[in-house]
Amino acid sequence: MTKPVRGYQPPGEGRTFGISLVTSIALFVTWELITRFGLLPPLILPSPSAVWQAFMAGVRGELQGGVTIFEHFGWSVARVFGAFFLACLTAIPIGILMGVSRIARGVFDPPIEFYRPLPPLAYLPLVIIWFGIDEASKVILIYLACFAPLAVAARAGVRSVTVEQINAARSLGASQFQVVWHVILPAAMPEILTGMRIAIGFGWTTLVAAEMVAATAGLGQMVLNASNFLRTDVVIMGIVVIGIIALLFDALMRKIEAVIVPWKGRM
Amino acid sequence: MSYETPQGGSLLALSSVDLEMTSGDFVVALGASGCGKTTLLSCIAGFLSPSSGEILLDGKPVHGPGADRGVVFQKHALMPWLSVIENVEFGLRMRGMRRAERQGIALDKLDAVGLSGYEHSPVYQLSGGMQQRVGIARSLASNPEVLLMDEPLGALDALTRESIQEIILRLWAREKKIVFFITHSVEEALFLATRLIVMSPSPGRIVKTYDLSFCHDFIASGNARAVKSKPEFIAMREEILNLIHATHAESEAT
Repeated sequence: MTKPVRGYQPPGEGRTFGISLVTSIALFVTWELITRFGLLPPLILPSPSAVWQAFMAGVRGELQGGVTIFEHFGWSVARVFGAFFLACLTAIPIGILMGVSRIARGVFDPPIEFYRPLPPLAYLPLVIIWFGIDEASKVILIYLACFAPLAVAARAGVRSVTVEQINAARSLGASQFQVVWHVILPAAMPEILTGMRIAIGFGWTTLVAAEMVAATAGLGQMVLNASNFLRTDVVIMGIVVIGIIALLFDALMRKIEAVIVPWKGRM
Repeated sequence: MSYETPQGGSLLALSSVDLEMTSGDFVVALGASGCGKTTLLSCIAGFLSPSSGEILLDGKPVHGPGADRGVVFQKHALMPWLSVIENVEFGLRMRGMRRAERQGIALDKLDAVGLSGYEHSPVYQLSGGMQQRVGIARSLASNPEVLLMDEPLGALDALTRESIQEIILRLWAREKKIVFFITHSVEEALFLATRLIVMSPSPGRIVKTYDLSFCHDFIASGNARAVKSKPEFIAMREEILNLIHATHAESEAT
């Protein structure tokens, strides 16, 4: 088998799975050792087994208010995905429009670029004043977090189409609308999918902030509520659950990407 | 034909180009980069409109691109999200032709460029030469009157290039299209053209026109190497190279 000579390959090449596995195990063992030898009180850092018991209590619905972890999970997923879905429906067309039309870009650029870097917690009070404390304001907060990265990605994706592809389509008789629908949109798909991955990440990030608003169920609400009662084990359990869901969804998006745009970066 | 430069001035890209093409013509534009070949092709295709003068097709002025003029680009023009046959069908689908009918046409054109059996392959997995053949089949599927080819073989290796030259000539003989072909390879120009226009830069203009028949020799004999090693072919190649060097030296001097 041939091997590249050291120094004659791009820096940082190679597989990382083994290293990552060792890191994860080391972190976990450190955590276990710290709690086992009582280096930190359980209030600051509960043991892994305490977190696991908190999870099992959640499964049996024995945590605060008797809401099972599945119910918390269901509410959070509904909020994040509902908001994400609405964001896809609106942000992708607007982003494409911004990419192909000078006027649309002029109109939408200032509001999007202005609110995009704002932390959701900063405009949360305003969302509550405007939309109340019901489901709407929670979904709107997550929606806003998903919207900007999606619109920006769709707009940038328009640039991946080549002049030759557009000219070829036009000289094959495609109308202006057909060029957008059949050439520009598919050409922008790889970037749109990347934008979707980033957006859903932002959605999970904003979840806890959204569920600060008078929620009675939801993973974020569960964590917040637990922190009020100093149930650090439940807090950590909630964080781990949210982290694992986000990680699984990201892996799913990568798979979807490989199916929908197998040509990404290859032409 | 002049352009606005980013500095606000204007650049004369093409000057007093007079060219008439009729059925059975294989016109090859030959010249160094910057001589306005691609500008001329873009005007005929309708991607650019000339600042003065006009392009007429069957006596009617050309406004914008249209399916009566098929274009084959050097590269980056296929749709990687579509399979080979979907790429070839693309124009027909855009114009609302029924599926069965357009698939029949697409299969016929794929056969003509030697790609039978690849119709469901993803285009991004094909070699550069096969991708160019898909591009040719795609523009033929719309049955254009004129086929505009902008250095279609420029990015290919020499062997692939020669085999596609032969495919193009056979298609031209079979489909009876007018072809306008751009290249900067003298040998390719001589081999393909019935009419060869030598262009020179600043401003882009036609320096000389040759009427040739090496392509007919190839269609009659089927032997490309024999045609390309004929003494007349070699003599003509030297003459044109001399002409290009002479006009180049001239434009350097001014």
